[in-house]
Amino acid sequence: MTDKTSRSRTILVVGGGISGITAAVEAAEAGHDVVLIEKTPTLGGRVARMNRYFPKLCHPTCGLEINYQRIKKSSRIKVFTMSSVAAVKGGPGGYTVTVKTQPRYVKPSCTACGDCAAAATSEVANHHNYGMDKVKSAHLPHTMAFPMRYVIDGSVVGTPEGAAIQAACKIGAVDLDEKESSFELEVGAVVWATGWRPYPASNLTMYRYDDLPDVITNVEMERLASPDGPTGGKIVRPSDHAAPKTVALIQCAGSRDLNHLPYCSRVCCLASLKHAAYVREQMADAQVDIYYIDLRAHDKLESFVQRLKRDPQVGFVKSKPARIEPSGAGGGAVVCGENTLTREVYAKNYDLVVLATGMQPSVIEGDMPAMDKDLDAYGFIFPEGEAISAGVASGPLDVSMSVQSATAAALKAIRVASV
Amino acid sequence: MSERKTGVYLCSGCGIGEAVNMAALEAVAKSEFKLEPKCHALLCGDEGVGLIRADVEGGVNQVVVGACSSRVMADRFAFNTAMTIRADLREKVIWSHPAGDEDTQMLAEDHIRMALSHAPKVKQAEPWVEGNYSQRICVLGAGVTGLSAAKEAAALGHDVLLVERSSELGGHARLGSKRLPHKPPYDAPAENDLADLIKAVEGNSKITVKTNTTVTKTAGMPGKFAVTLSCGAVEDVGAIIIATGYRPYDPSKLGHLGYGASPDVVTNTQFEEMLKAGKPSRKSNGAAVKSVAFIQCAGSRDPNHLNYCSSVCCATSLKQALEVIHADPTANCYVVYSEMRTPGVAEELYRTAQKAGVIFIKGAVKAVDGDLTVHVADELIGENVPLKGLDMVVLATGMVPNSTNPDAAAQEYGQEQLNADIDPEAPIKVAGYCGEAPATVEKRVQAQPPGGSLLNLQYRQGPHLPVLHDGFADSHYICFPYETRRTGIYTCGPVRRPMDWAEAVEDSQGAVMKAIQAVRSASAGAALHPRVGDLSFPKVNLNQCTKCRRCTVECPFGAIDEDEKEYPQFNATRCRRCGTCMGACPVRTISFDNYSVEMLTTQIKAVKIPDEFSGKPRILIIACENDAIPALDMAAIKRHGWSAHVRILSVRCLGSVSLLCISDALSVGYDGVMLMGCKPGDDYQCHFVKGSAMAAERLSKIGETLKSMMLEPERVAQVEVSIADGERIAGVINTFVDQITAIGFNPFKGF
Repeated sequence: MTDKTSRSRTILVVGGGISGITAAVEAAEAGHDVVLIEKTPTLGGRVARMNRYFPKLCHPTCGLEINYQRIKKSSRIKVFTMSSVAAVKGGPGGYTVTVKTQPRYVKPSCTACGDCAAAATSEVANHHNYGMDKVKSAHLPHTMAFPMRYVIDGSVVGTPEGAAIQAACKIGAVDLDEKESSFELEVGAVVWATGWRPYPASNLTMYRYDDLPDVITNVEMERLASPDGPTGGKIVRPSDHAAPKTVALIQCAGSRDLNHLPYCSRVCCLASLKHAAYVREQMADAQVDIYYIDLRAHDKLESFVQRLKRDPQVGFVKSKPARIEPSGAGGGAVVCGENTLTREVYAKNYDLVVLATGMQPSVIEGDMPAMDKDLDAYGFIFPEGEAISAGVASGPLDVSMSVQSATAAALKAIRVASV
Repeated sequence: MSERKTGVYLCSGCGIGEAVNMAALEAVAKSEFKLEPKCHALLCGDEGVGLIRADVEGGVNQVVVGACSSRVMADRFAFNTAMTIRADLREKVIWSHPAGDEDTQMLAEDHIRMALSHAPKVKQAEPWVEGNYSQRICVLGAGVTGLSAAKEAAALGHDVLLVERSSELGGHARLGSKRLPHKPPYDAPAENDLADLIKAVEGNSKITVKTNTTVTKTAGMPGKFAVTLSCGAVEDVGAIIIATGYRPYDPSKLGHLGYGASPDVVTNTQFEEMLKAGKPSRKSNGAAVKSVAFIQCAGSRDPNHLNYCSSVCCATSLKQALEVIHADPTANCYVVYSEMRTPGVAEELYRTAQKAGVIFIKGAVKAVDGDLTVHVADELIGENVPLKGLDMVVLATGMVPNSTNPDAAAQEYGQEQLNADIDPEAPIKVAGYCGEAPATVEKRVQAQPPGGSLLNLQYRQGPHLPVLHDGFADSHYICFPYETRRTGIYTCGPVRRPMDWAEAVEDSQGAVMKAIQAVRSASAGAALHPRVGDLSFPKVNLNQCTKCRRCTVECPFGAIDEDEKEYPQFNATRCRRCGTCMGACPVRTISFDNYSVEMLTTQIKAVKIPDEFSGKPRILIIACENDAIPALDMAAIKRHGWSAHVRILSVRCLGSVSLLCISDALSVGYDGVMLMGCKPGDDYQCHFVKGSAMAAERLSKIGETLKSMMLEPERVAQVEVSIADGERIAGVINTFVDQITAIGFNPFKGF
């Protein structure tokens, strides 16, 4: 397919989550060259670490697989993992971008045979599972990783273990001498699809995330429920690995709070409803209570709320809990507060408490070149500014809206990059 | 294609060479297929790929690679002038079965046989390209969404035909007061800047605007649509964007909320017009409005009205309240709500409204009296509270998608437009198979909102764009929200789902992106999502066609029409290449250059079936390449092995599986057949919408065939598998193998 619209400069997409992937394939499939960079070893971003999507309760990897196939088939998309933007010069139509690449210690020739992992002896925190378990120092990021290549943790460089790993690779794909490197790209447009991070639960001191093991976050709940998660998909409370009989889901843990995130993170209500469904699917006798200010389920997602409301073992408590306290004995935690409707003061014991922490733009972490004029007060890249943003980089969005935003971003990038 | 020259390349790397006998694999190629394989210990490495590349440059035009799963290294084994066929020896052989085992070896050899046997039948796909293609984009509806779509498409060099049924541009926004905030700090109503948008469209020479116009007929296919307008003109366009927006929910149905009880009970759209006109005054007596109640969810989130949340009413009420207070700071505004939904940064507007003194009452409205007393069951104080002394009650009515044209009468379906495919939840009635006359397809009532079809598609499957429940266009609305079930026709704005102005603008950009891809791909003869770039298309041998019409009825995308002699007429650029037509055809006369029933049955028959004295059953698994095959690969990566007695056939979609594949398998001695595909039904996960549902429907008819073959019906099964079933799938297979083993060997074995 060659015709006039393909006469454009390359488009750089920063971030390889669902938004970045979407922006990249949509632009490429309209005949434009795209460079997609991702700072972790694999594409997929946050959605690859989710168990299911609301409201269909289908698996994110299903759509990712199709998108990966689209990337594989396209000769127009170049993917660089372990890479992030170090500097940007120029403006719309002509940017010079410095890309910084961290060592993976594994060359592109890796066949994913697994010999390196067999030789590895030490373990490191499993990034895919938010550090809830460990993986070998040489590991595949996860089974759906794209690109399907191993990565070696820097801790083994210069150790006998590192040497053993290097020796185990029959095809010489392990290179422990890799160093951080950088390269420059000349591009016509940049799409910022830098996504989000979970708001740090440690900041919510009244909820005792740091010292109560059975208080976890919503993203951790996704991993607990995932068949490839730390527990093989079994929802257990961390303190004793017992199946929880009572679960509290706390909404607006950080969101809609001037001391933390002033905005509503949009997805947490539905994510918690989904978590209630996970629990109820696994444990017939479990009771789930959702503590909320407002249940926010826009458009057809409303049917998902109604579905959960029909379940007599899912309770809805209009209240923002004041604090969480340790349980007297046997794990769990006590959720304390006042019911806004009944004015009842409660202190209820739960086996597991899940904090629905909100979404904070990744640029907050400060590893992005600043685009001050296009950032709003929260760090989102305002969608109608000069910088092109896609997905949660532009505001708190769900997956469907992120895809919508990313498809639009592809169009904007083409317009800017066209000559 | 020039003379076929096939090269066979086997990889012994990743432990394949240690786990299976490579010489025996080579021998299969040599003795059974008269092909000389080349073996390499790292075929995907530069040297291995170089070996293949040299042969390709020397004239090899078909490359058969026996190495890893086709899901990996696709870029390494892609060659410009040769097609590649993959035989998986790694994931589905040595990673999932014990090394050095006799059964593993038999499996590996069968994988080579399956690949090599059908290779001679696979042709390099030649695209369907015929006549002229239009790059022009038709946009239906000239509200904010449609105007933005027109502007965006024109900015990228496309001519645009913008069709608007009313006399003016602008839609609801034309009558609206301020906009919802869309720029930082998002805390106050924003100016209505519709005029700028209209100016940009009217001043653009690439955009042809047709007001007072509707579409009376749409024929053709992407790249070649012929759109007939109410003025009689017939316009050629390449893709169509539906931006017909919404209509407010009919307030006459909201008597329980006081509509009709007093002229001072109005809808939010009516109130918007009053705000635009200036300081609102009571309709009843012209007095100034000092006290207003805004009642949320008027029609929305109500099983008796609209099931869904209309998304924007909460924020719109806050905006209207702020406008009232801005005009008269002494005015009282009440918002009666059940959940205040101001997601994302719209929270700031909520905060502004709270600061401005808007009073929020959480509860349900029980009644609104003629004197405007609103009776609220207040949830916070737990009792019924009458809200008195109001000057006006504003009902925050929801949005109904204009999936149909409310001005036009609904068309009756002709016999030739049996509406078989509108309701995705209901499986299509399929006649019995194996050549008998098809049963009549019943005409079903469909859940379209009132009004005529927007495009009046001249498609065999009816004039409408298929909708999901609630009347919004059917799509994979999470991952691929723009993909409708009518290729080249995209929806955006509130017709797709309830959304506000800023979001509709963004949505229009997304839809334009898809429309541009559609016109480009159509002219190249290439498929769109999900088989992007596939150049094959369905070919039919009409000499064999029995005019049973199953293909035309079953196509999930309405790609096939019927000609005047009732033969199927394939519209290549509407086709998404799933092969459902191929699976539907009882006389296997529909095929693709690179995919056919014959290619599938050849692979099925290529497997060596051991006799019943061997104690080795053979079970065929027909697996969807989009989800079941990746799930098998995931299982293999985790080394979750499954029975070596199964043979896995990868298909584009279960919809493409003909019952003939299954009866062929049983007649050559397979002991059982299992279909693995995606979730069907309401929350379908099939990338081709109905493939797994169609397969199940067809399979329900196989009992008779099995009975006539004196076989147990339990030998054939379909299971639902998702891509995340890597941990479960091996167990599913093994359980089925145990069941088949318990039934015993197929008596056809050896015949």
